[in-house]
Amino acid sequence: MNELTSNEPIGSKDGIDVVSGLPVYPLGHHEPRRADIDPRAAKRAERQVALMFAVSALSIVGAIIAYIKVPNTTLIYVPPFGPVNANHLSVGLLFGLGIFLIGTGAIHWAKKLMPDVEVSEERHTYTSSPEDKAAFGQVIREGKEASGFGEYKLIRRTLLGAMALFPLPLIVFLRDLGPMPGTKLRETIWEKDVALVTDATYRKIRPEDIPVGGLVNAVPANLLAVEEEEGNLNQRGKASIILVRIDPANIVSQQGEGWDYQGILAYSKICTHVGCPISLYQQRTHHLLCPCHQSTFDLSDSGNVVFGPAARRMPQLPITVDAEGYLVAQSDFHEPIGPSFWERG
Amino acid sequence: MSTVTPTDTTATSGGAASWVDDRLHASGGLSKLLKKVFPDHWSFMLGEVALYSFIILLLSGTYLTLWFKPSMTEVIYNGSYMPLKGIKMSEAYASTLDISFDVRAGLLMRQIHHWAALFFLAAMSVHLMRVFFTGAFRKPREMNWVIGTVLLTLGILEGFAGYSLPDDLLSGTGLRIAQGIMQAIPLVGTYLAMFLFGGEFPGNDFISRLYSVHILLIPGILLALVTVHLIMVFYQKHTQFPGAGRTESNVVGFRLYPIYMAKAGGFFFIVFGVTTLISALVAINPIWLYGPYTPSQVTAGSQPDWYMGWLDGAVRIMPNWETNVLGHTISWNLLVPALVIPGIMFTSMGLYPWIEAWVSGDKREHNLLDRPRNAATRTSLGAMALSFYMMLWFSGDNDIIATAFHLSINQITLALRVLIFVVPPVVFIITKRICLGLQRKDRETLLHGYESGQVLRLPHGEFIEIHKPVSLEEKAVLMGKADIAPLPAPLAIDANGVANPKAKAGAIRTRMSAWFYADNVAAPTALELAEAEEHALHGASHGEISSH
Repeated sequence: MNELTSNEPIGSKDGIDVVSGLPVYPLGHHEPRRADIDPRAAKRAERQVALMFAVSALSIVGAIIAYIKVPNTTLIYVPPFGPVNANHLSVGLLFGLGIFLIGTGAIHWAKKLMPDVEVSEERHTYTSSPEDKAAFGQVIREGKEASGFGEYKLIRRTLLGAMALFPLPLIVFLRDLGPMPGTKLRETIWEKDVALVTDATYRKIRPEDIPVGGLVNAVPANLLAVEEEEGNLNQRGKASIILVRIDPANIVSQQGEGWDYQGILAYSKICTHVGCPISLYQQRTHHLLCPCHQSTFDLSDSGNVVFGPAARRMPQLPITVDAEGYLVAQSDFHEPIGPSFWERG
Repeated sequence: MSTVTPTDTTATSGGAASWVDDRLHASGGLSKLLKKVFPDHWSFMLGEVALYSFIILLLSGTYLTLWFKPSMTEVIYNGSYMPLKGIKMSEAYASTLDISFDVRAGLLMRQIHHWAALFFLAAMSVHLMRVFFTGAFRKPREMNWVIGTVLLTLGILEGFAGYSLPDDLLSGTGLRIAQGIMQAIPLVGTYLAMFLFGGEFPGNDFISRLYSVHILLIPGILLALVTVHLIMVFYQKHTQFPGAGRTESNVVGFRLYPIYMAKAGGFFFIVFGVTTLISALVAINPIWLYGPYTPSQVTAGSQPDWYMGWLDGAVRIMPNWETNVLGHTISWNLLVPALVIPGIMFTSMGLYPWIEAWVSGDKREHNLLDRPRNAATRTSLGAMALSFYMMLWFSGDNDIIATAFHLSINQITLALRVLIFVVPPVVFIITKRICLGLQRKDRETLLHGYESGQVLRLPHGEFIEIHKPVSLEEKAVLMGKADIAPLPAPLAIDANGVANPKAKAGAIRTRMSAWFYADNVAAPTALELAEAEEHALHGASHGEISSH
């Protein structure tokens, strides 16, 4: 593997690669760079590299000063990026520049001043000699014989059995990560006479609050109390509904007789595909579009799927009004809301 | 009694080097290591970008853990971002706002972390393409290819876990989708989702659970695999492109010390510097604009980070198939796009080195890379796979395309359902034609020289273009074309007249092999080349110039 004295590249013989059989050509003539022959060019390259390192050092110090001095509340308008926090911007630019210049300096140094003559190194074949391979096989065999692993069947089988079982507790111990599903995915907190309240302000809703063509996001009146008690947003993720009012003449069908109130229909807001809350309602077509995967449902026709990857209609919540004229639920949903699951049926 | 005179062992080499050697016997190994030769090519830097981005991720991520609170406990925000003051939100979201507005350089670190994650995935993806299209995955490097496949898979999961942590409206929507997909898994899905989320979605536990996965479990595995990946590259030595002086048994390039220490070390600072400068200027994932997560709200035009786009796209264009069997629901509309398709994609990617080796019957070691055109069928398969991926990616943007170009979302979706099957085969055919054309051109260039651009008018009025022989360096590159012959058909009956039981499988393999290799345009043989050179010399002396 004498790489410098012979002109024939390593691994070739008479101009042919001994492994691939392809022709091999000698390394070409090396053109010296300016800095190799002109001391002034070399000096210039040295100054350039040093300048980059020096500016880098200044930038880094500048970044620390900016961190301390520049207010963290002022915004600077930087076209085309928009308003940027002054502290963030100055610290980021100076720190970034400081790091960047270390890189350019080092690479400029390597390219201009370090040797650029390619050298060649031998690559050893990966496979071992047949003797080594045989010896290794021997070691394995001897070990197997010495242990009697092949001979003592009972030991081998019981060992494999024990080894197969030992990780099981680690999986079983994960049991308390969460509760059993039970009927959780089939129920929401809607029930008979629970009032519908607006999503953001939690005000009860009268039918006349919703004009024909209008849409209101609503939740059950007891939601806040339940959330307080449970300490999570789980019920909101299931009980959220949208109310739309469609001219009764335009309602083709709904999921149950008398589930609307004077053309006001209540549908689950949670998409039956993967559970995104649906928000895009087209008044003219009565179509409801999920912004996540574009499943589209026709609210004037039982919430049936008209387009997209969702397989099931949006569940409808039967509603009516109470004695005081506020919208209330007749019952819970009659089918599970949200995405499908194995046990759903 | 004898006294020992201390001798100075540092006289022959540097003090520190000697100190280390005296304890570790390291001089031999270290000098070999420092003298190690690496080949030079711009495309070899892609993996470096991935590695450096990973290091930047570890550094910036550690910084973020000092302030981030992985908790879903509800708090009232009281930081300095006015629009959200007094709003109820999870501690995770509130602490991310604090990092962005109240911790100096916090936003910078957050944005460095996010940008570096985007670059990490991008660099890994392009690095994978480089390795694929140059055949660097062939024997003896199949193991590193598999590690790379696992790294990419884990990288995607890690990225998703990371951007899900702030618990903003966008990331929460992503988690809702992930939970819906989990729930769709037959038999165990409902339980899996219930256990992972500690009950129903969103529950109280998931962010803190995801946090330990994101900062400990996955990065730990990534770090271990990256280390093995690099050790293998060192140990097996880097592949190189064919060229002058290069053989299967050597490495031509520059030494690790000092050239690559300066170049690769410097390149780390360039990647870090550029990431920092971008993070200073360009906002990424401005979670304060999205607001805190609540399961009853969503924003239109929700988009995941780019590396999740293909998966989201697959879910978007899948038809709404669902079956009910004996009281059980099977959601094909989620199982196929979110589990089956990614499963097939990553499995076939991981197995590809063995698939190609089976087709070619090639058991040799390969240290010289293929130029992509020279492995026409492989390159076309790769381009086909990429076009499939791109179609999924476009599908993930169907709403953006619809609003940007005022098109119907339904028509775009329906078109993509068709295009996903039509485009990849077309891309395969076109790529293969281009590759074979380039092979033909290379052969032409070797035999007749390159078109010099000099046009000559002959005495009788004819115009011709002068062809000149290529340089030796160019010739070395063009002649480095390792053609693989299609496998011969297996014998139905062997020499002893016994029927070959493997004849049928062998016939399939022969057909595959022919499909893979038969079209290749052979490089000129040494004899053809010598004749062409002879002809050129001879022709030149008679004033005759080859022309078209």
